[in-house]
Amino acid sequence: MAAFFVRRTVGAALVCVAVTFVVFLIFIVVPGGDPAQRIAGKNATQQNIVNIRHSWGFDQPFYVQYWRMLKKMFSGTLVSYTSQQNVIQQIKQGMPATFSLTIGAGIIWLLFGISVGVIAAVTAGRLSDRVITVLALIGISMPVFWLGIVARYYLAEGGLTSIFPDGEYVPFTQSPVQWFWHLLLPWLVLAVLFIGFYGRVLRGNILDTINEDYVRTAKAKGLSRRRILLKHVLRTSLIPIVTLFGLDFAAVLGGGAILTETVFDLHGVGQYAAQSINNFDLPPIMGVTLYGAFFIVVFSVLVDLFYAYLDPRIRPT
Amino acid sequence: MAQRVTESEFTLDTAAALAAAEPASAIRGRSPWYLAWRRLRRNYVAFAFLGLFVLILIACALAGVYARHVAHTGPNTNHILETVRVDGKPVPVISQGGYIDKKTGKPCTTGGSDCVLLSAIPIGPTWFSAGGRFVLGADQNGRDIAVRLLYGGRNSLIVGIGSSALCVFFAVVLALLAGYFRGWVDFVITRFFDLFYAFPVVLLGIALGSALAINGFHRFGINIQSGSLWIPTLVISYVLIPYVGRPLRGQVLSLREKEFVEAAIAQGASPLRIMFTDLLPNIASSVLVFFTLIIANNIVLEAGLSYLGAGVQPPTPSWGTLITDGQDLIVTRPWLALAPGIAIILTVLSLNVFGDGLRDALDPRAKVKVEH
Repeated sequence: MAAFFVRRTVGAALVCVAVTFVVFLIFIVVPGGDPAQRIAGKNATQQNIVNIRHSWGFDQPFYVQYWRMLKKMFSGTLVSYTSQQNVIQQIKQGMPATFSLTIGAGIIWLLFGISVGVIAAVTAGRLSDRVITVLALIGISMPVFWLGIVARYYLAEGGLTSIFPDGEYVPFTQSPVQWFWHLLLPWLVLAVLFIGFYGRVLRGNILDTINEDYVRTAKAKGLSRRRILLKHVLRTSLIPIVTLFGLDFAAVLGGGAILTETVFDLHGVGQYAAQSINNFDLPPIMGVTLYGAFFIVVFSVLVDLFYAYLDPRIRPT
Repeated sequence: MAQRVTESEFTLDTAAALAAAEPASAIRGRSPWYLAWRRLRRNYVAFAFLGLFVLILIACALAGVYARHVAHTGPNTNHILETVRVDGKPVPVISQGGYIDKKTGKPCTTGGSDCVLLSAIPIGPTWFSAGGRFVLGADQNGRDIAVRLLYGGRNSLIVGIGSSALCVFFAVVLALLAGYFRGWVDFVITRFFDLFYAFPVVLLGIALGSALAINGFHRFGINIQSGSLWIPTLVISYVLIPYVGRPLRGQVLSLREKEFVEAAIAQGASPLRIMFTDLLPNIASSVLVFFTLIIANNIVLEAGLSYLGAGVQPPTPSWGTLITDGQDLIVTRPWLALAPGIAIILTVLSLNVFGDGLRDALDPRAKVKVEH
């Protein structure tokens, strides 16, 4: 177990560093324009640009620049090229919105995904299964930002019905009711795709597991249908869902819900990343990438541990 | 007509006699592909959706014909100052704005709370009452939305199918290399896959897409202009390689242990020959299913990247850019954003349903799954 943790921690650290290096390379290799020119502004003289290039270190070899950026990131002094604001501070500001969005949507999509999958599998071939299958397919075929735009138009303030408030994040500490009310639409929109996807995967897994020998044995022992389903079938069928949920949850927590955050203007980490990319602002992109990779790596370790709990045959290696 | 035999009399000789009595055409070798085709043929739902996809393909392929002969305009032609005759009455393509009721889209008569101020309002759907012009209305620049929808579909499909083909090609090559050579080759390739798993797909996509969107790519002898469709195609194919490559690598690894590979090596076959004539046909069914489902995935991804400004660049139409354009006018002209979204849903849905049917037909117990 100790060896498992040591190896995974070292691996995780390496992946995080490698990911930032890849992002750095993308912006060095791909000629996106001179950062010095953007810092200097439109009316800068040639001398201004040369000075900025020197003082920010853009005239150094790329590995020196990369090393400096990492050092600044870990000491918390990394600042944006365009707005000169502290990157770590900005990410911290976006975290409450991103966390609220992820946790709420995660609960919705896990609960509904599992219920939808179980209902479809239990009633396989009947009307409810057909309806769920069709709805799940439509759900996974929709672009999430389009669904967000349409939902805002039909349901949110400024649209047709004005049932929900229109986007924007209200801090939980300021007003829990408004927090919930403002996030409800983003939660549902983000969850739709995952519900359809999880429902389909789980339905398939349950139908596979139901034909296993041990389920027949359980039936022969005279266990009730409900007990077989919950204790025997669902336990194995949920393993792939746990992997999916761990990785999806981590990706959204790490700023992966860029589209949802942008459509609803939540000012989360994902939206910060999108804005920085549009401004071609390398330091925030590096910061958000490292932040996102951290969650993905941590959650993949958690998923492996949870695996071992669900299926005692698997040992974390 | 075979004679009836009881079980006790049944020997190998009777079996041979029975077989000889059968018409010669009744016994024939059936390839797995033929068996899959037979299973697929019975899946009417999958076929109906394949038909829908082909219809969409044909419609988008005929975008130029529609533009020239029905709508009499091009995808990027502005008609800001023109008028068009709807049911014989002249209607300006772009009307002066004013206070508009957001529920009906008509000018406000009373100053209620549903009134919004707009600077310019394009013509709404004419539904063929203007002789084929502006069937779905116009956008802010007076461009015909129906024409742009078809041209945009063409671009979205080119990006979706092209990136899927490239992605599957590279994933197959990497999976074959990793699975065949194993050892350090496998180590390097799997680390590459792992690394890209640690990125959120959309984040990597917009980073690459917007980095390339400014000046294009002009290094290593490759010249891609900044507005080129190659940029979203390459970016999307690139970010999804690990998602296809990893499961395929697993399949190749297990096939590598099979006797027929050992036999091929014993016969002196070269690694290339083994990879492409022995291993590749055995993963071909998974590759085909991945190809279909990844097209669906990529069309959605293209739309998302275009929405964030990192995909297809305006004024080139694509379903993603059309939704983005239509977003601002959704209150008065909801069709501008609704139509491309519905087009995406229908296309992606048809590909998903057909892809599922294809998977069930090729391997009823297959485990090929596309992760989003």
